[in-house]
Amino acid sequence: MGLRITLGILLTLVLLAGVGFPLSPHPQHWYELPVIPGLEEKARLIFFHVPTAWLSVIAFLTSMYFGIRYLRKREHIDDIRSSSAAGLGFMFCVLATLTGAIWAKFNWGSFWNWDPRETSIFVLLLIYGAYFSLRSAIENTEKRATLSSVYSILAAVTVPFFIFILPRITSGLHPGAKGDPDGAGPVVEFKMSPNMRVIFFSSLIAFTLLFVWMFQLRVRAAKLESEQ
Amino acid sequence: MRNVAPRRWLLSVMAVFRKDLHSELRTRYAVSALVMFVITTIAIIMFSLGQENAPPEVLSGMLWVVIFFGAMSGLSRTFVMEEERGTSMTLQLLAPPSAVYFGKLLFNFVLVTALNIFTVLLFLFLVNGFVVQAPLVFILTVFLGGCGFASATTVIAAIIARANTKGTLYPVLSFPILLPLLVAVIDATKSAAEGAPLDQVGGVFQFLISYIVVLTTLSYLLFEYIWKD
Repeated sequence: MGLRITLGILLTLVLLAGVGFPLSPHPQHWYELPVIPGLEEKARLIFFHVPTAWLSVIAFLTSMYFGIRYLRKREHIDDIRSSSAAGLGFMFCVLATLTGAIWAKFNWGSFWNWDPRETSIFVLLLIYGAYFSLRSAIENTEKRATLSSVYSILAAVTVPFFIFILPRITSGLHPGAKGDPDGAGPVVEFKMSPNMRVIFFSSLIAFTLLFVWMFQLRVRAAKLESEQ
Repeated sequence: MRNVAPRRWLLSVMAVFRKDLHSELRTRYAVSALVMFVITTIAIIMFSLGQENAPPEVLSGMLWVVIFFGAMSGLSRTFVMEEERGTSMTLQLLAPPSAVYFGKLLFNFVLVTALNIFTVLLFLFLVNGFVVQAPLVFILTVFLGGCGFASATTVIAAIIARANTKGTLYPVLSFPILLPLLVAVIDATKSAAEGAPLDQVGGVFQFLISYIVVLTTLSYLLFEYIWKD
């Protein structure tokens, strides 16, 4: 109950601040966000797009964690947890891809142009797709749990190659790529004023709580389904 | 099972490898599938290109497209064969899982290297405009690419064989795992075609080596869970 209330309040505040705070070229008040040349109003996306992408990675790691636990303990509940996390991750991955593509249309001129970050989110989508097609191909519950756990661990290990290494050895458009004048650092350090940072990190926390809540719900539902 | 003496372990790795090699040489199933696949695909590429000279960037991408799908048509064979013939149980009894894994890895590595050499030779002779200006970089790229293909796809072949899907899922499951490798080797092949010096491609080679090490280690750790019933 406490989780739901905190989540509701936090998400509302983030939404209000992220969408509602005015931009100004010389911020004077605490609620004014700076104008970033070249981004302007489009900079607001960072409060929502980055957390969804973050969540899809968190969900992926959660899925892998429960996959490992399943392989060690062989308890069916861990497989339920693993696949529930993967399902949520897939949903947020789609959201991150869509919001990113719409933003790219207005900022870079086309919905999709194989920037290294776009490639990495595309691969994350493919991994989720492959994971679910593998699951649907196997009838036996134990076999399905074992093989999909193994696959999610394998796939999880290739993800860092995409998210952290590849974008930095090949150049691209996304902030934080090689060739960005501010250096190839994590995207978080990207030209944010202190108040933007507060909104950004509250948004990250809010989305993480959202994941925790939805994850619990889904696990409960999946457990009931499997007991029937 | 894990604490077998290193020498005996190595012997069983080689035994698994030789067994696969013999049964492959007897039927030539994977080899003929691979060869025919590569010839067909290169013929299609040549028909679609006609007399035009495609730029080397496009051709180095195409080379790896041929290799990727060629590998997908043949590399799952080692494990699918065991399930089809019902010999996987016997193999489980006779050899430790890690020996089975490394034996099959070695076999797949030999197969994919042969495939790579064959494809590359055909490409060099037949496709107009594919000229390699830095041979050493190119050879290293093809070699490391082959190692990477073998290390990533062998464990997935084991998953596929267990899932009884016989290969329809094989490219689907392999592609996301192979993509970092593909991006890196295509990049390096382009550089080799343009005649880049070795130290300029060094970063890509480091990337490839770390990829191979990570995937082989992980496959070794996870293989037991796939292999044992």
